[in-house]
Amino acid sequence: MPLLKVTDLRTYFHTRNGVYRAVDGVSFSVERGETLGIVGESGSGKSVTCYSIMGLIPQPPGRIESGTAMFDGVDLLHCSPKVARSIRGKRVSMIFQDPMTSLNPYLRVSEQLVEPLLIHGDVPKREALARALEMMEAVGINDAARRIHFYPHEFSGGMRQRVMIAMALVTRPELLIADEPTTALDVTVQAQILELIRRLQKELGMAVIFVTHDLGVVAGLCDNVQVMYGGRIMETAGARALFHSPMHPYTRALQRSIPALQPKGEELFTIPGLPPDVSKELPGCAFAPRCGFAVDRCTAARPGLEEASPGHAHACLRERAGEIKVEAL
Amino acid sequence: MPENILELRDVRTHFPIHSGFLVKHQVGSVRAVDGVTLSVRQGEVLGLVGESGCGKSTLARTILQLVPTTGGAVILNGRNLGEATRAEMLACRRDLQMIFQDPYASLNPRMTVHATLAEPLIVHGICRPGEVHGRVAELMGTVGLAPRFAWKYPHEFSGGQRQRIAIARALALKPKIIIADEPVSALDVSIQAQILNLLGQLCKGMNLSLVFIAHDLSVVRHISDRVAVMYLGKIVELGPAADVIDRPSHPYTRALVSAIPVPDPDIERARQRIVLAGDPPSPINPPAGCAFHPRCPYAVDRCREAVPPLIPAGPAREAACIRLDEIG
Repeated sequence: MPLLKVTDLRTYFHTRNGVYRAVDGVSFSVERGETLGIVGESGSGKSVTCYSIMGLIPQPPGRIESGTAMFDGVDLLHCSPKVARSIRGKRVSMIFQDPMTSLNPYLRVSEQLVEPLLIHGDVPKREALARALEMMEAVGINDAARRIHFYPHEFSGGMRQRVMIAMALVTRPELLIADEPTTALDVTVQAQILELIRRLQKELGMAVIFVTHDLGVVAGLCDNVQVMYGGRIMETAGARALFHSPMHPYTRALQRSIPALQPKGEELFTIPGLPPDVSKELPGCAFAPRCGFAVDRCTAARPGLEEASPGHAHACLRERAGEIKVEAL
Repeated sequence: MPENILELRDVRTHFPIHSGFLVKHQVGSVRAVDGVTLSVRQGEVLGLVGESGCGKSTLARTILQLVPTTGGAVILNGRNLGEATRAEMLACRRDLQMIFQDPYASLNPRMTVHATLAEPLIVHGICRPGEVHGRVAELMGTVGLAPRFAWKYPHEFSGGQRQRIAIARALALKPKIIIADEPVSALDVSIQAQILNLLGQLCKGMNLSLVFIAHDLSVVRHISDRVAVMYLGKIVELGPAADVIDRPSHPYTRALVSAIPVPDPDIERARQRIVLAGDPPSPINPPAGCAFHPRCPYAVDRCREAVPPLIPAGPAREAACIRLDEIG
């Protein structure tokens, strides 16, 4: 049984300007110890997916229209608040993009680190502090015994991100949701943080959902990757399969537009048009209006996400029918 | 060889730090740019890379004289900008334009695209009033925006389109050189590709020089002819872009290159990574000698003694490391 199984999740935002279908029918699962990467551009619904699982969607305007998120037999979206509280922050925790806005500037780091332990466990404060200190050392903060009493502003950006990781991991969660944890950091610091997440994951045996827009980060870290666009999953596959034999035109287009994979100086491939307006009903494939291979069929009915080979699923009608070969583009 | 359009000679930009409650006195200075010598040729794209806080944005602002220089000279077309009078500076600005990182902050929200693009034309007296309209339409065409958008406001555009407006504004005066400070960092991958293509075409088509500042090395490698790597206010390596990034010689460039994730699982998992410990040191009190020595895996005692100068390191390449030969 997978650790987390999300089925047909729909999160809509009801605003004065209309209904925004931020997440529109997303299903996936995460096994114990697995690293799942979710990639997509801004507005693709990758963060909202995570926020929905964590119960962080402001309601209103947001509303979870349908779906279940089964975590070890409990539906996180429909269980009682009490049950949810016993899981969130303890067995599932989350780290965010910007550590400065996610740490409380008024509280010493020590207080923020022991808080999850005091709330969730019957750990006495002294022991909680000892465990917090242990975690600070595990994330590679030198002189932790002294710096645990610092305020967040006394740390640099990379160190703050370490503090946030320590805070998320202090309860030894089974699932860590990381929402662009390295986007705001320099590449050298990003390399440190990725190394840290990789090491701690091995030590603690936890599963990780890693949200990012950087295909490079995904390549090094993730076992499986799903590509999102317009609130839907376009393709999901093992990391090697996704990079070496993509099956959805959007995945391929993303790859072709990164300078790192193209010969120097040559014109980069660009995706024409603009990201989809999720406030409008999209009857067909969300990518069809920008896809170079779209035919009438693509805009008529919404293609489902179906497996083409074990573990590799995509939502392109034409690839499935054998009319185009995305890999060879 | 084409002439140098822009020359920087030992440029320094220090910001004073004041302390004291009633009587303010200077207690130190932030050495944001600390002795940079560079030249940009006509039609050349020079990439400038480095971590945040290394002084690359301050260098851009110094070139444009948006912050006063502490020392050294910025020479545009043979004229020292530090000594130029206000009137001369206004004339120089026609040749020297800037594109900023955040197209949400750099465009005036109360001005239509037409007003934004027409303003420099009128201020510099380039067009007669009757010609402004045609020139604005032409500019919009150059950057791939339909002229019918001229009467819209910035909030009606997406990030990529706004960056196009910012580029059009920079092009309005037909400059010789454009300084672009992280012009694609705020954009999504697919939009980033569009803007990179546009900048590449413009430089080729108009024989325009470009100083392209970014922290993403793969983007810099793609667009630049030469690249300069900055660390703590100084250039540590300089050379042809593909050479420097594919075969870096300075230990800092090596670490920087090794930190970029490669979008290929096989390569990414097989490679050996140099993970630098710690954060860049503070430019208020930089380490003695080579500023990189506290984080450098190759540092020896000699590195602490003197600031290493840029020395030749292969064809058309320079690096500021005294152990280049020893570390191979």
